[in-house]
Amino acid sequence: MARMKFLCDADRCIECNACVTACKNEHEVPWGINRRRVVTINDGLPGERSVSMACMHCTDAPCASVCPVDCFYTTADAVVLHSKDLCIGCGYCFYACPFGAPQYPKVGNFGSRGKMDKCTYCAGGPEADMTMAEYEKYGANRLAEGKLPLCAEMCSTKALLAGDGEIIAEIYRERVTTRGYGSGAWGWQTAYQETINV
Amino acid sequence: MVAQLNFARLAFALAMLTLVAFVTAPAMAQEPVNPTARSVQEQQLLEALQEGQAVSGRVSIPNKDAGLLIKPEGRDWSGTHNNTVYWVSAAVILGTLALLAIFYFVRGRIRLEHGFAGRTIKRFNSFERFAHWMTAVCFILLALTGLNLVFGRYILLPLFGADTFASATQLGKFVHNYVAWPFMLGIAIMFLVWIKDNIPGRIDIDWIKAGGGMLRNGKHPPAKRFNAGQKIIFWAVVLGGAALSVTGVLLMFPELTGDPTNWQLSQIIHAVLAAIMVAVIFGHIYIGTLGMEGAFDAMGKGEVDVNWAREHHPLWVAGKDATVETTSPPRGTVAPAE
Repeated sequence: MARMKFLCDADRCIECNACVTACKNEHEVPWGINRRRVVTINDGLPGERSVSMACMHCTDAPCASVCPVDCFYTTADAVVLHSKDLCIGCGYCFYACPFGAPQYPKVGNFGSRGKMDKCTYCAGGPEADMTMAEYEKYGANRLAEGKLPLCAEMCSTKALLAGDGEIIAEIYRERVTTRGYGSGAWGWQTAYQETINV
Repeated sequence: MVAQLNFARLAFALAMLTLVAFVTAPAMAQEPVNPTARSVQEQQLLEALQEGQAVSGRVSIPNKDAGLLIKPEGRDWSGTHNNTVYWVSAAVILGTLALLAIFYFVRGRIRLEHGFAGRTIKRFNSFERFAHWMTAVCFILLALTGLNLVFGRYILLPLFGADTFASATQLGKFVHNYVAWPFMLGIAIMFLVWIKDNIPGRIDIDWIKAGGGMLRNGKHPPAKRFNAGQKIIFWAVVLGGAALSVTGVLLMFPELTGDPTNWQLSQIIHAVLAAIMVAVIFGHIYIGTLGMEGAFDAMGKGEVDVNWAREHHPLWVAGKDATVETTSPPRGTVAPAE
């Protein structure tokens, strides 16, 4: 099976935020929540770079290890998903996540945390694939349709790559070798305890 | 003449231009622009990170907190939560229970030396007992729902299945968040009501030196309304309760701290301190019920036997002695109609 990963080639990202918008639209993401966002480092300074970041679907995911109700699971494609039926909105996964991926809709009179929402790698949730129940809780299940995550698929500069880790690493390595520079595979060291050596 | 002047001017201007070009040459003669020459490198940023810091930048979405890009120490916190907090909590709580069990089997129940006198003396009025029991009920609910968050996944989840356990834990979270408020109120009331009797003094040092009279029969160091052991419980509950309240409120409203490192720190302090408080309260419950004859009446009925009071709090009884004999009839007799 493939080991699915995201890779943002920051030297190509132009901070157009189309990945952010596409994700919100594809999954009807709740108001106030962004499963993906673009962060600009050293904004306005020479050498600034923009990185599109969402859940990295970590190896040995820290969110899953701290969840008090064990609502996370890892698919055969190594995508980290969770069950909103089990989630109690305690916030621990947010404390543990190195990428700030888990978010909580504000519900109730005191704005308490609702069920956690995060990037699903366009792979839905525990419900049966491509059902309405799955769509309402987690959004579209493009992986079940044989498609890759929309954010990466529609990236205009092909900065954001999604797919099998070894293949996208090879693409990135080739790019860096050809153009002679690369600012790094952002998040890989933290998420997968490995980076791409060029 | 005019032409000569113009020539001189031209020569001067040329000389100046040459000079300017010469001076600014290093700045203008850069290598061809390489967009990566000074680009940020993830590796460098990660290596430069201090403990608890994150790689952050600017975002154009309304949620400015999303500018936090990579926070590697999230993993460290998850390790601390799963290992350190888990084992420290288990060790503190089980260790205390084991010590209490050993103490019970070695020392046995601390009995009244002279038996029950049958006459009682008022120890806690109804308001004091209300504050105590409100806090106590809240604490037990908070402790059970809190321990569930640390241990439930490993102990209860396999027993009850994912759905039942998640529903119960969800309910537990609501209970924990709402019951926290009367708990804080109870801590505040108890602090105000009992502070005057809980100021540490010289007498407490003697009490502690004598082991509180718990080790041998017939040796009771003197104490006023509260002995040193009770004062320790009082201050542990007040200070521990205050610390739990502060860290708990920060966990409930993370935006009050605004920094992930602070949330993680709050959670670890909250969890470890709560485990210690559970252990302290185990000791408190033991000595108030099973461990000492006649002690429970103080918080149960509000009145204690005169002999119990004389043995454990002689200086407190001395202050009230005049009223003792007349206010409470001997046990077993019918109180006259009023």
